[in-house]
Amino acid sequence: MRQLVILGAGTAGTMMANLLVRKLDSKEWALTIVDEHSTHYYQPGFLFIPFGSYDEGDVSKPKTDFIPKGVKHVSEGIDLIAPADNEVILKNGDKLAYDILIVATGSKTAPGETEGMLGDGWRRDIFDFYTIEGAVALRERLKDWKGGKLVVHLNEMPIKCPVAPLEFTLLVEAFCTKKGVRDETEISYVSPLSEPFTKHNTAVVLGNMLDRKRIAFVPDFQCESIDAENKKLISYDEREVEYDLLVTIPTNMGDSCIERSGLGDDLNFIPTDKHTLQSKAHDNIFVIGDATDLPSSKAGSVAHFQADVLTENIQHFVAGEPLDPGFDGHANCFIESGHNKAFLIDFNYDVEPLEGAFPVPLLGPFKLLKETWLNHLGKLAFRFIYWNLLLRGLPMPGISTKMTMAGKKTAR
Amino acid sequence: MPSATIAGVTVDVNEEGYMTDPGQWTRAIGEAIAAEIGIAPMTEGHWRVVDFLRADFAEKGQVPTIRRIKNAGGIPTKELYALFPDGPVKKASKIAGLLKPASCI
Repeated sequence: MRQLVILGAGTAGTMMANLLVRKLDSKEWALTIVDEHSTHYYQPGFLFIPFGSYDEGDVSKPKTDFIPKGVKHVSEGIDLIAPADNEVILKNGDKLAYDILIVATGSKTAPGETEGMLGDGWRRDIFDFYTIEGAVALRERLKDWKGGKLVVHLNEMPIKCPVAPLEFTLLVEAFCTKKGVRDETEISYVSPLSEPFTKHNTAVVLGNMLDRKRIAFVPDFQCESIDAENKKLISYDEREVEYDLLVTIPTNMGDSCIERSGLGDDLNFIPTDKHTLQSKAHDNIFVIGDATDLPSSKAGSVAHFQADVLTENIQHFVAGEPLDPGFDGHANCFIESGHNKAFLIDFNYDVEPLEGAFPVPLLGPFKLLKETWLNHLGKLAFRFIYWNLLLRGLPMPGISTKMTMAGKKTAR
Repeated sequence: MPSATIAGVTVDVNEEGYMTDPGQWTRAIGEAIAAEIGIAPMTEGHWRVVDFLRADFAEKGQVPTIRRIKNAGGIPTKELYALFPDGPVKKASKIAGLLKPASCI
């Protein structure tokens, strides 16, 4: 029996287990998935928890619900990957030999990377919403928010879901308006980037929106430390931003097992071929989702498009055929903008988000780079699609793996 | 593709004035670009950053991040900002004859 091992049963790993169990011959291949955590979180839903529109139950299900029959589930931590021996060493000392390894260990917040972030101010007036604990704690803090300086802070790129910080900013603006404390609340968005978003034309659209909603944008702010006692952010070029409530997106890093294995870059992300998803260092190691160092978004939609390409490439690899350089960096993201409206953007490595209709040219029903109510409904419907289609590796009607120019307006 | 004459040499540049072929670069060109964007004179500290950027780019094929300049290049971020105020990696990579670092997505 040959062994295929998947590390991580998050979005990417779970999809791969579901897709590969149908494609690989079960008489020849044994599939194993390793993850020490028991709960699968619908992470895009964390955004809504601080405002009380979703609760913990809406975003969590047992991981075992999504691991298919025919795939062995090992519930244990990963100590390290030993590529020279083709084995994974688990925290309990067990060893798992592999012929093919798929690394889907994701990325996580690392608040300890910024001096002063963890400490007395943490979850008192410094909050994150990229973890379930952070999102729930922030909900409790926002309940009695009466106004003051509210700062949304992006610490360092890359992060997972690059649109979420802006979405949070727009949603908290709507929240304050609804609560009747908007005039008492000064909202600012602090970022190490020069523009509010990584893609220029989207940054222009969203930047105008920040202006209209009286949200100050503080660009090029590379945070050196947080003075939790005096409640201010301090940059390397000695600028300061004061806050009463700081909602931060801490540095994101790959799993610590990648660092222990010596397989990652400075942020523990694994150097990966941007089109085939094969690791650059080892032919029989493939990488998917947030664990890669690819210049694509770290997002579930991206992992979904990668999963189709990787499923093909695992079969090519097994058959000794050349790999398909099929991944084009495709991402597709709803951007919640408050007051029951949302934007939708669709882009890849080479094409920036354009206006148009999606997924059906002219008809949509979703409008690209425009703020509509239907886009908002799409975002809400996505949770159902995630649990029922996406994780199980079932096709999503009308959505293609490669980005298409059909329906997009190119003359701008 | 546009070109520009820097320090008496014609080189390929993009719309923002970043050189597109690191092979055309010389230290004299680096010095001239630095003067143009207000970094003058180029001290030993400046060259240490530029040399690291070029060496790391040659090895990895991409402009290193602030974090990597600190970890692998041994240059503290505070010092980097003091040497190249307002967007140090953008400025240093321009002087080093490298493309503007792609903003991660």
